[in-house]
This record gives sequence, structure tokens and C-alpha cells, in this order.
Amino acid sequence: MKANKVLDTVKSRIIYIFLLVMILFFSAASSNFLTVRNLMNVVKQVAIYGIASVGMTYVILLGGIDLSIGSIISLINIVAAYAMVNLGMNPLLVVLLSLLISTAIGFMNGIVISQLRMPELIVTFAAQTIFAGLAYIICNGTPISRFPDSFLVIGQGYVGPIPIPVVIMVIIFAIGWFISEKTYFGRYFYALGGNEEAAQLSGINVKKVKCLVYSLSGLFAGIAGLVMLARANTGQPNAGVGYEFDVITCVVLGGVSTTGGSGKMSNVIAGVMIIGVLQNGMVLLDVSSYAQMVVKGVILLIAVGADCVQKYRLQEVKKAAE
Amino acid sequence: MNIEDNILELKHISKYYPGVTALQDVSLSVRRGEIHALIGENGAGKSTLIKTCSGAIAPSEGEIVINGKSFRRMTPKVSEENGIGVIYQEFNLVGDLTVAENIFLGRAIRKGIMVDFKAMERQAQGILDSLRMKISPSALVRDLSVGYQQMVEIAKAMSQNAQVLIMDEPSAPLTNAEVESMFAVVDLLKEKGVTIIYISHRLEEIFRLSDRITVLRDGQYIVTLDTKHSSEEELIRYMVGRQLQEVYPKRDPGCVQDEVVFEADMVCGNGDTNISLQIHKGEVLGLGGLVGAGRTEFAEMVFGARKKTSGKFFFKGKEIHPRTPKEAIAAGIGLVPEDRKAKGALLGLSIQENINMPVYHRISKGAVIDYKKARNTAQQYKEELSIKTPSVGQMVKNLSGGNQQKVILAKWLAAESELLIFDEPTRGIDVGAKQEIYTLINTLVEQGKAILMISSEMEELMGMSDRIIVLAEGCVSGEIARPEFDQETIMKLASKERKDG
Repeated sequence: MKANKVLDTVKSRIIYIFLLVMILFFSAASSNFLTVRNLMNVVKQVAIYGIASVGMTYVILLGGIDLSIGSIISLINIVAAYAMVNLGMNPLLVVLLSLLISTAIGFMNGIVISQLRMPELIVTFAAQTIFAGLAYIICNGTPISRFPDSFLVIGQGYVGPIPIPVVIMVIIFAIGWFISEKTYFGRYFYALGGNEEAAQLSGINVKKVKCLVYSLSGLFAGIAGLVMLARANTGQPNAGVGYEFDVITCVVLGGVSTTGGSGKMSNVIAGVMIIGVLQNGMVLLDVSSYAQMVVKGVILLIAVGADCVQKYRLQEVKKAAE
Repeated sequence: MNIEDNILELKHISKYYPGVTALQDVSLSVRRGEIHALIGENGAGKSTLIKTCSGAIAPSEGEIVINGKSFRRMTPKVSEENGIGVIYQEFNLVGDLTVAENIFLGRAIRKGIMVDFKAMERQAQGILDSLRMKISPSALVRDLSVGYQQMVEIAKAMSQNAQVLIMDEPSAPLTNAEVESMFAVVDLLKEKGVTIIYISHRLEEIFRLSDRITVLRDGQYIVTLDTKHSSEEELIRYMVGRQLQEVYPKRDPGCVQDEVVFEADMVCGNGDTNISLQIHKGEVLGLGGLVGAGRTEFAEMVFGARKKTSGKFFFKGKEIHPRTPKEAIAAGIGLVPEDRKAKGALLGLSIQENINMPVYHRISKGAVIDYKKARNTAQQYKEELSIKTPSVGQMVKNLSGGNQQKVILAKWLAAESELLIFDEPTRGIDVGAKQEIYTLINTLVEQGKAILMISSEMEELMGMSDRIIVLAEGCVSGEIARPEFDQETIMKLASKERKDG
């Protein structure tokens, strides 16, 4: 009984073992890897993915997908930069406005998906195109830079030795964990993703929950966009291009099932870290960025494949039992 | 010596599933050129039997003889090659292809790698003409009415030279006018010498069409009758003629109170018409009828999962308009659905979460769940309903059917529902757990809950209900009080045909 429990724990945390193996590998392969400075660098690099992955975790828990977050990041880059530089608005106000806009975009995704019952893939893909275009329109295609110092702190400041983006990521993960584990609507995400019809027949307002989840996805993408802007000190209309895929990779690596209903926020953190360690380690080993893409793709395939094989086996076992 | 010319013989067919005997030693002979009706209650084994003929399932024991050739089991291919065609209730047609393409699906007439549409349409036209069906071979199947789609299915079977055509409840999806056209086709096929096995629960149709009738009951062969020398009364007697076997736990007969908890007044929608009924405090109202009679559909409307188009619902004297399950639950209604795994339980979540799901917002402080309360509630119902599990943290998918059913029930008790709707409460549950569920139902009505119980099991319906309302084709066809409970009366009401057009 006790041995079983240990085994179960190991099984549910296998992703951390994978992370550990990877850290050991890169430590052995490169003497520059296992230094405080470099590890802090890794965490700093993944902060933006990490922040956005909280929202994506909810979306994938529902069995959905959100392809619009890369464009939300780009748009928020431009909107915030434009408001601060061209309009001279107060940075705090800009932050609030940006988050309002990004949440509203997510909310609109949610409304269209739940009310019109359109497929998530198409709705968020359309939103991706629309808001990428809007970002270019606002800035006329040219980057905007030179922000007030009070804003740059978000991306470049430190609390003691720890970079502020990392602090923000940790806080966001804490909030993300709290929502999914401790609040009643967080539990609805699991119920809905597991079985939408049964969830509805248990009295859950399915449409409302979907709107909430896509709104949260927009909100967290907005925060990621602001951190990115402050770190780069330049607002680029293509800043977020391709981010959705990296974020989806993090979440899926973190063991959130793409069919919905199962996954843990605490494991998504490991998924995010794996991507960070992988990128950093490969740079240290002088692997070309093209080869890095190949490796990332293969790892994604393996992660999802492992999940699918396990599910298939479970089903077979069940069938045999019946 | 066998002087009869039997085209199809089933000999000693049995089919066992773990814990369930679907067919037991069924033997049946079908004569060449006859229309042979197959009849029986829900779950009598009709569908299983035809699936052994079509090759969809393999019998555990027995032998199938077609045209003198003997088979241990069929496959869909062998069955087709030997001239057996099946018209299922669900059509196997591709909506976006033409009639001709559907008739020749998988056997398209080709010129090299190209499909020869002209030749195919010409041949399809020939088949349709020979069956006197006025359908254009170039029409898309999607654009046809259900009746015409069924004819395309028949034409498809005929194009494969089917000698035996098995029709599974062919009249169920059709309008009255379409049924007439279908009869005409069936008569024509008989003239052409095709043997037909006709499955239906509408006795009128069977007397109109068939030459002989075989009755199945509880997976067993009962009798084969000549239609000419039989009567509806006789058939019904054979269909239901079983002794009540199960013992139903007794309950205090005085627990039905005068107070009406729930009332439906001329409710229409979701396939039902003008349904009126009342359920009292402490009463089990049984809702009987055949599969597809509109019972589950009614429950869905009460529970807010489907919209009613007219009529009124009253709950404890006040009119309610449940538009979503959430609203119905808030009013005090709970539904234990028929398909436990698809609709009832959240299999991937724990017992505790399942039980608390409808009340999570009630037991939360702000948005934060009071897990202590949640745990206590789950623990309380685990003990009250004796859910067998080491802990309430156990995932529901790891429980047995009976225990899953108890978890679903517990969630409605936690939500303080006063009207509980049970849709086939004991389907797929083993005998011991059944008794437990019955005892629980008794406890609930003794506590003053009102219960609407949908059941296709005649015994269960009669054993557990205080009163039975029977539905047929979306309408109330009768109401029976406990002293008048009688299998034949219920069966008669359930097979009533709608008289209007």
C-alpha cells in the first residue's frame, strides 16, 4: 500500500525527474551550465512563457486551445508603447488599460466560442490574424521605444538578487495554482474538460466558465506582453509571433492532457523549466537555432505521444476487464 | 425429415456477456419468401439476434444455417455474400454523396481509375424503378426525407442481391404516410420472393404485414405463431408472461402525502406532446413505455437540459421555468441520468468533487472552497448511502456501477433536491447493488422526497412505483394505480399507436 503510494507520487511527478535528468546532462556537458548566474538566466528567460502558460493551462484543461496569445502579446506591446510614448500616459494607467484590453480580447474569444459554438482552433486563429494586423496598423509597422524608468522596472528590476520578471512569474503561478485548486470555478475547469455534458447536468454554467477561461488566458498573455515590453525596452509589432506554440509546448510538456480534464499547475512549472533549460543548454553547447527547433518539436511529439500511449493502454486494460 | 424450405435457420444460439446472458439457446427458422416478424420487449434480445445474423457480433454458442450452408459465426462480409441485408434503425448512408453513389458505396462502377457516374446512375435508376421508388439517383442523400433515405437503404441491399432482408424497427422514424409507402415496398419485395424479417413493437403493423411471428423474452425463444391464427391479446401474453421474480423491499405505504411537489401541465416539446402529470411528496411515480416513447425527453425538459415549447411546470405550487440544469437544481430538482458514464458522473474526478460539484458555490467563502465542509459532506453521504470505497478521494471511474450511481444520487442529496428523477436507475448494475438502490429509493420517499422513476424493466416499474404513467410516442397513453398494476395492461398502453396524422 505504502509502496504503491510512493510509486503514484513518482508517476505523477515524473516530469520533475525528466527535468532533473536534463539539468544533470547539461551540467555534465557544459561547465558553464550549473552556475547561479546561468540558472538565474534560465529562469529569467522563461518568465514570459511561464506567465502566459497559466492561462493556456486552463484553456487546455477545458480541452480547448488558444492560438491568439502571441498576437495579444504583440498588440499589448504596441498599445502600451504607443500610450506611453506617443500619448504620454501614466505607466500605471497604461498597465491597467493594457490588461483590460487583453482580457477583453480573451473574453471575446470566449463569447464567440461558447455562444456561437465555433471551434476554438478557428476562432483563436482568426483572432491571431486580426490582432497581429491591428498591432501593425497602430504603429504603422515601426517599433516604438524609450519608456519611463518606472515602467522598465517591471522587466529589468531586481528584488534583492532576483529579477522582477521571475518574481512576477512566481506570483502568477501561485495565483494560477490557487484558482485551479482552491476556488470552485477552478474545479469547474476540470469538470468541464472531463465531460462537458455531465458538468452541465451537474449545474455548471458551461458558457460562463468558457468565457472566464479565455478571459484569463487573455489577461495572463497581457501580463506577459507587458513584462516583455519592459525587458526589451522596445515595442515591436511582431514581438509575440510564434509564442503560442512555445507556451502550448510548455503546458503539454507539463502533462496537461490535450483532450482536457486532467493536469496540474505544479507540473506545468516543470514543463516551463524544461523548455528554458533546453534552450539555454543548447545555446551553451553551440547547437544551431535551427537544430533547436527540431529538438523542441521532437520533445513535444514525445510528450504528447507518451500521454496518448498511456491513455490507450488504460482503455485496453479497461476493455479487457469488461 | 424436413419438408419445409427454410432459407435461414438459427440453431441454439447463445450470447453471453460477462454477468449478462443476452441470448440463451434461441432457435428460429425462417421460411423462404415469408415475412417473419420478431417481437419482444426492450431487452428481449431482438437486436442481438439480428446482429448475429449480420455478423456484427459473434454468438458464444450455436449455428447459423443459410441456404443449407452452416456457419459457426458470421462476418459482415460473409453475411452479405450469402444474401443477408440489414436495414438498421440508424442508416448507414453518406449524406453528401448521391443516391447512386450510396447504393454502390465501396463497389463503385469504374472505368480505369475514374468512377463511371453515368453507368452507376443508370444501374441505380434500374434498381429504383424495379422497386417502384420515385427517387432521382443523382439527388444528394442529405436532401431526402427519412422515408426516402430508408428506401435508398433498401435499394442498396437489393443491389447486393439480398435474399433475406432484416428490418429493425423500420417504422419508428417514419411519418404515417411514409409508413404506408414502406409497407408498399415490403409487399413488393415479398412478391419478388425476398424473405423479410421484420422487427417492430407496433402490433398493428405486425398483423398487417407478417406471415408468422416469433416472440422473444429475456433473451429466450418463447413461441412462433401463425399470424392468421393469433391475436393481440395472445401476443401480449407471450411477451410479458413471466413471473415476477425479484423481491422488492417493502416500504411504509402511508408515506405518500397529499402535497403535490411537482406538476406538469400540458407540456410540449423535445418530441413530447401535452404531457400532464403530478408527483406527490413521498411518492414514486413510475414512467413506463418503450424505448423512444419520450420519457427521457420529458425528464430533460423538467431538468432544464432541453427547452419545452409550451405548457407549464409547477414546483411546490409555484411555476418554474428551468432553462438550464443549474436553474432546475436551484429549484430543487436532481436528475440521475440513464447514461451514467456519459452524463452522470465526472469519472476523472474524485467522489468528493462529484458530490460537491453542484453545491461548490454554496459552500465557498467568496470564491474559495471550504474543503473541510466539502469533505464532511462527502463523508456523510459515503456513510449514509454506504458507498464502498477506501476514501472519498477515490476517482469515480474506479468504482463499480452501483457505487457510481450512489455518488450521483449523493450529489443531489447534497444539493437538497426535493424531486429526484431516476432514468433507468439500475441499468448495468449487478443484482446486489440493485437491491441497495431500491432500498435507498424507499428511504428517500420515506424522508418525503418525490421521485419520478423512468424504467423499461416491467418488474422494476411495478415493484417500485406507487402509480404508473405510461407514455407512447410522446403522449400519455394511460395512468394506472397500484392495485391495478398488470403487465399486460402496461404493455398494451405502451404499444398504443398515435391515432392522429
